Amino acid sequence: MPTFVYMTRCDGCGHCVDICPSDIMHIDPTYRRALNIEPNMCWECYSCVKACPQHAIDCRGYADFAPLGHSVRALREEEKGTIAWKIKFRDGRVKDFLSPITTQPWGEKIPRLAELEVPDKAALDSPLLCHEPEALKIESGLPTISKDKFKQGVYY
Amino acid sequence: MLTSNPFSELSSLIPPAGMQTYVVVMFLLVVGATILDVIHKKSAKYFFEKMKTAKERRAQPLSSATVVSVSVKTVVHDILTSAEFDNPQRRKAHLLTMYGFILFVVTTVIMIFSYPTPETPTPALVALLWHVGALMVCVGGYWFWFKMRVDVAAEGHKWYRLIPADLFILSLLATTTLALIWSLFGGTFLFALFIFASTVLFGSVFWSKFAHMFFKPAAAFQKRFAEADGSRDNLPEPADKPAQFGLGIKRDLPRHY
Repeated sequence: MPTFVYMTRCDGCGHCVDICPSDIMHIDPTYRRALNIEPNMCWECYSCVKACPQHAIDCRGYADFAPLGHSVRALREEEKGTIAWKIKFRDGRVKDFLSPITTQPWGEKIPRLAELEVPDKAALDSPLLCHEPEALKIESGLPTISKDKFKQGVYY
Repeated sequence: MLTSNPFSELSSLIPPAGMQTYVVVMFLLVVGATILDVIHKKSAKYFFEKMKTAKERRAQPLSSATVVSVSVKTVVHDILTSAEFDNPQRRKAHLLTMYGFILFVVTTVIMIFSYPTPETPTPALVALLWHVGALMVCVGGYWFWFKMRVDVAAEGHKWYRLIPADLFILSLLATTTLALIWSLFGGTFLFALFIFASTVLFGSVFWSKFAHMFFKPAAAFQKRFAEADGSRDNLPEPADKPAQFGLGIKRDLPRHY
């Protein structure tokens, strides 16, 4: 569902231009408002929709599964750490969703990877990832299963 | 210098009636081009249709007290103080340009219609406000042009690269800058340049961003009324949670404007 911009709402601030991972949100050279220059290349990630402070960006649903009359809109309130969705079906039913997007203050719990020791070859070859096992808070290390315990063949 | 009326000094060259006719023609050009713009872009139709759909979606009826309070809030918040802009620099530049332009236009009209000749001496305050208005437009406008213009920083474009969207800001800056220079140094050539710039400014409304001063308030009213009547343009209600996590992506201002 590629995004599009309500030109009367947009004030050309550029938050969507900065955040678009596909770099397709641009500022229109005539009207100085944002626009999606290539809807075919839109990842439909909703980043611009959520980032827009004016709520000027919306998504155009594909006609086969989201026919005219529906509405999907998001409200991201980063200071509250929430994102709310309102889904309006074509027959008038409405569903509201509210989800947390963070439980920590923004920007404070960023891992300081540069301060860690440079890993040696053994650490790089190990299946453990950065910070593991300390970050997992499992004193005995990662649980392992002996290969002998696996039965032969494919099973579920 | 700053307290003298440059138009009364000009009256020996151009009769006051000529200057007054020019102002009226410019006013008619703005009105006519705005009407043409509204017809061409179908903006009035768009706003009326939006109003109709918002009325259908209304969750609660609007009392007349709510209509008044929302209207006042919109005028104060969105129009008079440009609070729509999240970027404080952009807001300050816009306020300077907006109030500077209003001062400049109003005092121009006062000076040309009430004090057109040296026989009717202009109050120093009016002439001073004309100069201050032009200066405010210059400060806000050049700030915007050199520091904040769309795409200049992010796309690596030079400050002198011109696009159609620059027609309004450039003609506005040319008008006020040339007005100040002409007021300081005088001369027919500078006056001709000033008149050329102002004719471009008021004559290019159909192609420039000038009309934003009409449709942006309309968009602001539509948005505020959608919030007040509960339809909220289908947006979810704000979460009933405390604001406790600080700013996330909005900690950084966007590099595009």
